[in-house]
Amino acid sequence: MTDTLAGPARPAAPSGGWRSAKVVDVAHPTPRSVVLRLEVQDRIDHLPGQHYVVRLTADDGYTASRSYSVSSAPSDPLVELWVERLDDGEVSTFLADVVQAGDILEVRGPIGGWFVWDGSGPAVGVGGGSGAVPLLAMVRHAAAIGRPELLHLAVAARALADLPFPDELVAAGAVVALSREMHSERAAGRLTVAELRPLVTRGATTYVCGSAAFAEFASQLLVQLGCPSADVRVERFGPSG
Amino acid sequence: MASPTRGFLGRARKVDRRLPPGQYDVRDDFPVLTAEVTPRIVPERWNIAVDGLVSTPSTWTWDEAHRLPASVYEGDIHCVTTWSKLGTSFGGVSVDTLLDAAGPLQQASFVMARSSTGYTTNLPLADVTGGKAWVVRTHEGRPLPTDHGGPVRMIVPHLYFWKSAKWINRITLMDHDEPGFWERNGYHDRGDPWLQQRYQGD
Repeated sequence: MTDTLAGPARPAAPSGGWRSAKVVDVAHPTPRSVVLRLEVQDRIDHLPGQHYVVRLTADDGYTASRSYSVSSAPSDPLVELWVERLDDGEVSTFLADVVQAGDILEVRGPIGGWFVWDGSGPAVGVGGGSGAVPLLAMVRHAAAIGRPELLHLAVAARALADLPFPDELVAAGAVVALSREMHSERAAGRLTVAELRPLVTRGATTYVCGSAAFAEFASQLLVQLGCPSADVRVERFGPSG
Repeated sequence: MASPTRGFLGRARKVDRRLPPGQYDVRDDFPVLTAEVTPRIVPERWNIAVDGLVSTPSTWTWDEAHRLPASVYEGDIHCVTTWSKLGTSFGGVSVDTLLDAAGPLQQASFVMARSSTGYTTNLPLADVTGGKAWVVRTHEGRPLPTDHGGPVRMIVPHLYFWKSAKWINRITLMDHDEPGFWERNGYHDRGDPWLQQRYQGD
């Protein structure tokens, strides 16, 4: 029995307040992404799907905050954030261009009690672009608890390089739908109903994450396939930056 | 205040008194953030109920709601994800009009706003009375798009926008507070943007 939107109060997902985080490692897998690995003081372990807020403070006290989904498993000693660099993004350009190992960032998390998967039941994940980040946390968590068979994934992007850690997603058996380039034997094109159909599992909770347009497209496809709306949890990535 | 982040300058500061702390202006954009599948609601089959601790539980259909006095909100909205939209407008009916018809009982002090999707959000009664809340069917003069909560959503613009339930169909008056959907999931019970009441504990 899965929780529904209107469901009764349930045990709260973990949540944490403001913390200081030390940047242990910075990687730039592509020019448009940055991976930060953070050592969070007094960290409260997250569940896959949860996010952190990163708050930057200027000398005059001006602040800018954005939310980023966690890409690492709870069992990872560090909290990992995969961040898409948006050219006009105030925070993402700073994280991608300025932050280096040893920096201290102010973070808050984990946050969110709806778009979370604790690994106790079957789940279907459908992610578009950076919306695959929380699915990656699920993949890694499923592996860590020895239950990879619980997860069925589809990810979509323009190109493979637009996905976070594409090799891990492919290795986890994700359906990969690329709209602008060929992948294995698949011609370029949008994610289709036929590709999603085999993923839909009775009794599974379905997680859809991506831009508002992608989330709308994918969630309507799932409903067409007979997925009850009440079993579909949606995370629409807002404009961040 | 936290110590400065090394190397962070931030965008050029524009002093805009309409912008609460920690918010930025999305200008012409109007982002969509919802936790559920967008429902398809036929306006002719939509209705809204006011029930719970009221003397006359009442329901209005789409046509009946159109016959109520029209009311417009012109001003700003603020999302907890840090965007604000300044100088926008919504048209519909004041929540006061609905409540006046239903007649809140004396002990009513909170409301739960409910959507057809099962979404809920809780508010003190005082935050939806006195010209502070609307159920709206237009945005900037056009029918409210489905992804923004159409055909009808609530707006409570002085609070973070998750309080402005999309696809609203029921307002229930209560004598106690109860957490709604996001409030059960880590977000603040009241959500005043000027006090940055974003998460539980703020």
